[in-house]
Amino acid sequence: MVELTLPKNSRMVTGKTWPKPEGAKNTKKVQVYRWNPDDGKNPRLDTYHVDLDTCGPMVLDALIKIKTDIDPTLTFRRSCREGICGSCAMNIDGVNTLACISGLDEAKGDIKIYPLPHMPVVKDLIPDLTHFYAQHASIMPWLETKTNAPAKEWRQSIEDREKLDGRYECIMCACCSTSCPSYWWNSDRYLGPAALLAAHRWIVDSRDEATGERLDDLEDPFKLYRCHTIMNCAKACPKGLNPAKAISEIKHMMVERVV
Amino acid sequence: MAFMTDRKRATGNGSARSGTQHHWQMQVTSVALLLLIPCFVFTFGAIYGAPYEQVVAYYQRPFPSVIAALTIAISFLHFRGGVQTLIEDYIHGALKAPLIIAMICISYAAAAVGVFAVVRLAL
Repeated sequence: MVELTLPKNSRMVTGKTWPKPEGAKNTKKVQVYRWNPDDGKNPRLDTYHVDLDTCGPMVLDALIKIKTDIDPTLTFRRSCREGICGSCAMNIDGVNTLACISGLDEAKGDIKIYPLPHMPVVKDLIPDLTHFYAQHASIMPWLETKTNAPAKEWRQSIEDREKLDGRYECIMCACCSTSCPSYWWNSDRYLGPAALLAAHRWIVDSRDEATGERLDDLEDPFKLYRCHTIMNCAKACPKGLNPAKAISEIKHMMVERVV
Repeated sequence: MAFMTDRKRATGNGSARSGTQHHWQMQVTSVALLLLIPCFVFTFGAIYGAPYEQVVAYYQRPFPSVIAALTIAISFLHFRGGVQTLIEDYIHGALKAPLIIAMICISYAAAAVGVFAVVRLAL
């Protein structure tokens, strides 16, 4: 049954409010979800004041500043700080996005930061993406061929290569899948927009010889057909991709096989 | 908690190799209803509130009665598919199958009653 309320040990409580930095005139209030698996306490929302005059322009800069200057126990993933790696995906002001390409000035008032929704939390802003990655692996994200490998390379026309545009750029940040209500309720069986976008990338690859098997593996009321074209995935994707369109193209190919 | 690899958990029981027929049926019934509902509204609206004898005479004509019967039958076919998806979305566990069975019975029963009523008026 769908869960409409949080379990008792997941309910948020009021957290600590850290003092404003001394002498700071231009500050921004940042509220951050905190949860430590080791202390046995409920998650809380801590409040920090970030001095914008000594902080970079992005939400990730504010988080790094909080960790460096205020609270070194704050835990989050980050790496490239330029929207390439997908590590710093989190829910900022109600929207799944990357902290590194989300400007502090985009939020008018205070900023609330939570981990990606409906995923198990490892600590603070770090979700457990193990199942998400396993689902991606299950769609065989590699070139499948039966013909003997050519002496030089698998050739592809410019037109066929263009079919991969809008598919291959996915950075696996999980913003799309964790914004999808269908994925929230049925992530155990529904593959989610990210995995299906990757599946479509290989289905439309002119060099791949496993198109039929790939479609066979996806033809399932839950793996594929739990997508109800809600379009949250397209709205959330920080790379501007449209997984919902890719999924509808997979459905179209499925129908073409039977009609 | 079961000791299961991540890949095993993600793959589950594999693909059911079905779902496309259901998806196609929902698409076809949607398009059919897109045409039928306006026709039904106009034919039903034209006689709405009229005396019984006049309504019976109206539904003895082929066009209004066929439109009414088709709208009722296809609406409940579409309803059946939609509510099944809804139950699958939100209800997990032992309650799911009985609810789907009940919903299928209610849909076909309602369709049968509606079509029977139209046929009775028409004949």
